[in-house]
Amino acid sequence: MENTSIIKIEHLTKSFPMGKSKFTALKGINLTFGEGEFAGLVGPSGSGKTTLLNIVGSLDVPSSGEAKVLGESIGSLTAKGAARLRKEKLGFIFQSYNLLAVHNVFENVEFPLLLLKYTAAERKKMVMEALDWVGLTDKVKSKPPQLSGGECQRVAIARAMVKKPSIVLADEPTANLDAANSHNILQTMVKLNEELKTTFLFATHDEKVINYLRRKIFLKDGNVDQDEISTN
Amino acid sequence: MIKFLLKGLLRDKSRSRLPIIVVSIGVMLTVLLHAYITGFMGDTIELNARFTNGHLKVMTRAYAENMNQVPNDLALLDVDELITELNKEYPDIKWTPRIQFGGLVDAPDENGETKAQGPAMGLGIDFQSGRSGEAERLNIQKALVRGNLIQHPGEALLSEIFSEKLGVTPGDEVTLIGSTMNGSMTMYNFKIAGTVTFGAEALDRGAIIVDLEDARNALDMQNAAGELIGFLPEGLYDDEEAVQIAKTFNEKYKNDNDEYAPVMRSLSQQGSMGQYVALTKGWTTYISAIFIIAMALVLWNAGLLGGLRRYGEFGVRLAMGEEKGHVYRTLIFESVFIGIAGTVVGTIFGLFFAWLIQTYGIDISGMVKGGALMMPSTIRARITPVDYYVGLIPGLISTVLGTMLAGIGIYKRKTAQLFKELEA
Repeated sequence: MENTSIIKIEHLTKSFPMGKSKFTALKGINLTFGEGEFAGLVGPSGSGKTTLLNIVGSLDVPSSGEAKVLGESIGSLTAKGAARLRKEKLGFIFQSYNLLAVHNVFENVEFPLLLLKYTAAERKKMVMEALDWVGLTDKVKSKPPQLSGGECQRVAIARAMVKKPSIVLADEPTANLDAANSHNILQTMVKLNEELKTTFLFATHDEKVINYLRRKIFLKDGNVDQDEISTN
Repeated sequence: MIKFLLKGLLRDKSRSRLPIIVVSIGVMLTVLLHAYITGFMGDTIELNARFTNGHLKVMTRAYAENMNQVPNDLALLDVDELITELNKEYPDIKWTPRIQFGGLVDAPDENGETKAQGPAMGLGIDFQSGRSGEAERLNIQKALVRGNLIQHPGEALLSEIFSEKLGVTPGDEVTLIGSTMNGSMTMYNFKIAGTVTFGAEALDRGAIIVDLEDARNALDMQNAAGELIGFLPEGLYDDEEAVQIAKTFNEKYKNDNDEYAPVMRSLSQQGSMGQYVALTKGWTTYISAIFIIAMALVLWNAGLLGGLRRYGEFGVRLAMGEEKGHVYRTLIFESVFIGIAGTVVGTIFGLFFAWLIQTYGIDISGMVKGGALMMPSTIRARITPVDYYVGLIPGLISTVLGTMLAGIGIYKRKTAQLFKELEA
C-alpha cells in the first residue's frame, strides 16, 4: 500500500537570513513518502520539522535541492500553482484547530468544497460523510465556541479530509488536547488513513502521537537522524 | 461562496456593525448637508433672483456697467416695445419691468414737520396691471405684517422694521425724497398701505415698495424702467440655460455702439452672484470629496483592526488553497455590501433630518443682521432627487477604498509563516 512515491525530497536545504549571516534549518534532506503512509517528523523545537512540513505543504520553497509533491516541483510552482496544489490535493490540521468561529460545524467543513466549486448537493453529501467519519453528525449546527477541544479538532480533521486529499499535513495536532481526546483523534486519523489511503505526515514531539506513527523520521539540527519504520 | 461570506458578515457584528455605523453616519451627514446647502443656496439665489437680479435682466449697456449704483438716468426707454419684442423672441420667459431707486423717506408729524427720516431702498414693481405676477413672485401677501397690499395709485408698502423706525403705521403718509431720471430733485407723497417682512435682512432694513407707475411718476420715467427682469418658465434658476439665452440676445446687439442699446445678463453674470452660483454647482463635489476622504480614513482604520482580528481566518483560508487575490476580492465584496447597507440606512436618516429642516427651518436672523447680501433669515433644507443617491458616492467609495487599503496586508502575508502564526 505504500509503494507509490508521492513525496520525493532530494538534497533539500532551507536557509533563512539572520542579520548578516544565515540560519540553515534543513541541511540536504533526502526522503521519500509513499501513498498511504502514516508518518511523522519528530524532533525538538528548531530541528526543522515545521520547515519541512511548510515546504511539503507548498507554503514555502526550498533554498536548494528538490521537493516534489504529487509530481509537482515545489520550488518551481507559482503562487497560484501552490495555492491550487493546496486547494486540490493537500489538507491541513493545526494545533489550534483554527476553525471559523462565526460559522457552524457544517459551514466550516464545507469551506474547502466551496473553493473547489462543488454543487450544493455534492457539498452536503460530502460534508455529512466527513462528519460521519469523525462522529459529529449531530453537531452540524453547533458553532466552534460551543464545542470541546476534542470536538473542534475532529471538525478540523473533517475539514482537512472532506475533499479527500492525497496528503494531510498535521502540525502538533494533539498539543492542545488531553490524553483521552488525543487518542480519540489519533484513532480517527488512523482509521481514515486505512480506509481512504490518505497519506498523513505529522510534525510532532508528542509521545502520544509518536506511538501511533508507522514511520518516524527523527530530525536533529536540520538533518535526518533516524528513519524508523514500525513493523506492527 | 457569496452566501458563506454574507453569513459571516451578518453574524460577525464587529465586522459589519462598526463599518455600517460609520458609513451610515457619513452618508447621513452627506445627504443632510447636501439638502441643507441646496436649500440654503437655492433659497439665496431665488431670493436674489426674485427681488434683485431676476434669472435674466435686460438693461442698457451703460446701466449694466454701473448697475451697483442703480443709475436710473441710464434706464431703458420705450420699454413696452422692448417687452413686446422679448415676449415674441422668448415666449416662455416671464418679463417684467422694474425700477430700483434710492432715496430718503421722510415721515411728518401732525404739523407736517419731519418726525423721522431714513434712507430707503425703493422698488417699483407692476402691481396694478394684474398680469405681471410680481405680488406672488415676491410673496408679498405672506410678507404682509400690517395693513393691505397696494390697491390704489399713490400707495406704498414699507418694511416693518423701517416703519417702526420711522414711527409710522398703515394709513399714514410719507414723502420720498430722491432724484428723477433727469437728475432733478423729486418729492413724492405715498400713503402707507401696509408693512411687510421678507425675512431678508438687507430688504427688511429699509425697503419701500411702490407700484411701477407711481415710481415712473415720482422719478419722471414714463415708459422707462431701470431693468427688465426675466424669469425662466420652470421657476428655478438654470445657469446654463440663462447664460445661453443672454448670449443669443447679446449677439443681436453686438455691433450696436449705442450705450443705451439693451444688454442681457444672466443672474450669474451680475455682481458676486456668479461666484455664488459656481459654489452651488461645486458644492456636491466638495461635500462628497470631504466625506469620502474622512470616511475612507476611518474605514481604513476599521479595516486594519478587522484584518488583525481576522488574521487567523485569512491564514487558514490561504493554507486551504484560497488565492490571495480571491481573499482580497472577497473583502472588497464585503465592503460593497457594507457600503450599500450603510448608504441605505444613512440616506433614510439623512432624508428624515433634511425633511425636518425643510419643514421647520432654522432661524438664522440673528446671524445675518446687518448683512449686505440678500440671504434668507430662515434656512430650509431642500430635498432634491440628487439626495436619494448622493450618499452612494461616499458610502461606496469610502468603504471600498478603506478596505482596499487595509487589505493590502493580505498580499504581504508570507505563507511560509502560516503554521507558526496559526499555532499562536
